Amino acid sequence: MSLLEVSDLRTAFHTREGTVRAVNGVSFSIEKGQTLGIVGESGSGKSVTCYSMLDLIPKPPGKIEQGEALFDGQDLLKLSRRELNEVRGKRISMIFQDPMTSLNPYLRIQDQLIEPLLIHENISKAKAIQLGVQALDDVGVPDPERRIRQYPHEFSGGMRQRVMIAMALITEPELLIADEPTTALDVTVQAQVIELIKEMQRKHGTAVILITHDLGVVAGYCDRVNVMYAGEIVESGSTEQVFYQSKHAYTIGLKESIPGNQTKEQRLKTIEGKPPDMSRPYSGCAFAPRSPLKHSPEQAAEPGVLKEIEPGHWVEIHPATVENYQQYLT
Amino acid sequence: MSDAFLQIQDLKTWFPVERGIFFRKQVGVVKAVDGVSLELKKGEILGLVGESGCGKSTLGRSVLQLIPATEGRVFLEGTELTALRGEALRKKRSDFQMIFQDPYASLNPRMTVYDTLAEALLTHRDVPKSDLAGKVGELMERCGLAARFMRKYPHEFSGGQRQRIAIARALAVEPKLIIAYEPVSALDVSIQAQIINLLEDLCRDMGLTLIFISHDLSVVKHISNRIAVMYLGKLVELGDAVEVMERPLHAYTQALLSAVPSPDPKTEKTRKRIVLKGDPPSPMNPPAGCAFAHRSWREFPEETLDQPGKWKEVTPGHWVEVHPATVENYAELSALG
Repeated sequence: MSLLEVSDLRTAFHTREGTVRAVNGVSFSIEKGQTLGIVGESGSGKSVTCYSMLDLIPKPPGKIEQGEALFDGQDLLKLSRRELNEVRGKRISMIFQDPMTSLNPYLRIQDQLIEPLLIHENISKAKAIQLGVQALDDVGVPDPERRIRQYPHEFSGGMRQRVMIAMALITEPELLIADEPTTALDVTVQAQVIELIKEMQRKHGTAVILITHDLGVVAGYCDRVNVMYAGEIVESGSTEQVFYQSKHAYTIGLKESIPGNQTKEQRLKTIEGKPPDMSRPYSGCAFAPRSPLKHSPEQAAEPGVLKEIEPGHWVEIHPATVENYQQYLT
Repeated sequence: MSDAFLQIQDLKTWFPVERGIFFRKQVGVVKAVDGVSLELKKGEILGLVGESGCGKSTLGRSVLQLIPATEGRVFLEGTELTALRGEALRKKRSDFQMIFQDPYASLNPRMTVYDTLAEALLTHRDVPKSDLAGKVGELMERCGLAARFMRKYPHEFSGGQRQRIAIARALAVEPKLIIAYEPVSALDVSIQAQIINLLEDLCRDMGLTLIFISHDLSVVKHISNRIAVMYLGKLVELGDAVEVMERPLHAYTQALLSAVPSPDPKTEKTRKRIVLKGDPPSPMNPPAGCAFAHRSWREFPEETLDQPGKWKEVTPGHWVEVHPATVENYAELSALG
């Protein structure tokens, strides 16, 4: 059994401007100890997918309309608040993008760091602080006995992100969701943070969902990748499949628009247009208006179908998304 | 006087650090930019890279006279910008413009595209009122925006389109020099490429000189003719873009490059990363001698720690800070000229 199995998750935001279908029928699973990357542009629904599972979206306007998320056999979406609190922060924890805003500036690091322990484990405060010092030491914060009594503003960005990681891992969770954990950091610090998450993962056998828009980070770190566009998974497979045998025009476009992949004299390849406005209802294939592939307006109005084209490699098949789409439809 | 288009001579920008509520006294100084010299040719694109806090944005702002330099001089086509004051400086400002990182914050939300662009045109260029709309439309088209959107407000545009508006605003005054500060890092990958292409086209077609400040090395490599690497207020390496990216000499440049993830699973899973120790030191009390030595991953004799590095041209056009902790073949390079 998979550690987490999400099927047909649909989350919508009912706003005054209209209904935003942020997550539109997403299914995926992750095994123990595995690393899954979710990539896509802003607004593609990658964060909302994960926030929905942990009931972290504001309701209203948000609403989970359909689907289930089986974590170790338990449907997270059906748990009561109390039952869910038993799971999140303990068995599933999260690292957010911006370490500047996700730590409370008024509280010492120690109070924030050991909070999950005091809530979830039956231990004394002194023992918790001892574990907190150990956790800071593990993530490479120098002089942890002194640093644990300091406030967030006394830490640099990279150090704060280390504190966030220590906090997320202190209860030894089975699943860690990292939402753009390195986007706000310099490349050198980014490399340190990724190495750190990897090492923690090896030590505790934690499964990791890494939400990012940086294909470089995904390439070096993830076992499997889901590519999301307009609230749907458009391509999914092992990292090798998605990088070397990418079939979806959007995945190919993403790969080609990275400057490092092209020689200097070439113009950068781009994906024409811009991501769809999710508050406007659309029917058919969301990617069709930006697609470089030939298709008729009638075809664009038809939705694509997600198909397994080789073991473990799923692609949204549609005239506008895949070349020679017919060969996959049989 | 050399014939360089832009000349930066030993530029220093220091910020005083003050303590106390009633009796403010200076307790130290942050040396954000600490002696940078550079020359740019007309039409050149220079990439300026470094970690946050290295002083790259202060350098950009000091060159544009947005922050007064503490010491040093900046010449643009022979005119000393650092000597200009008041009206003379204001007049000269149309020669150099800046593009900022966040197109959400750098446009006035209460001004339409027309207002924003027309303001720039009226301030610095003598455009008759009757020609304004035509000129605004022309600018928008040049930056890849349809002229019919000129009466719209910034919130009606996407991030990529807003950055196009910001670029159009910078171009409105027909500048000769543009400093772009992380112009694509707030944008999605697929949009980034569109903006980079636009900047490249504009530079080529209009003969603009561009300083492109970014921490994204792959973007910088693509767009730049030359690259300057900055560490703690000083340049540590400077040279042809391909040369610096493919044959970096300074240990810091090598570490930066090795940290850039490549979008290729095979190379990514096999290659070695140079992980630097700790964070960059505080620019308030930088270490004596070579600033990078304390974080260097190279082996070097302990006693050279306090010895300053030397800025040397090791091959034609390729400059590097030479110190036992920064370059591999110190003995050979330090013996050069």
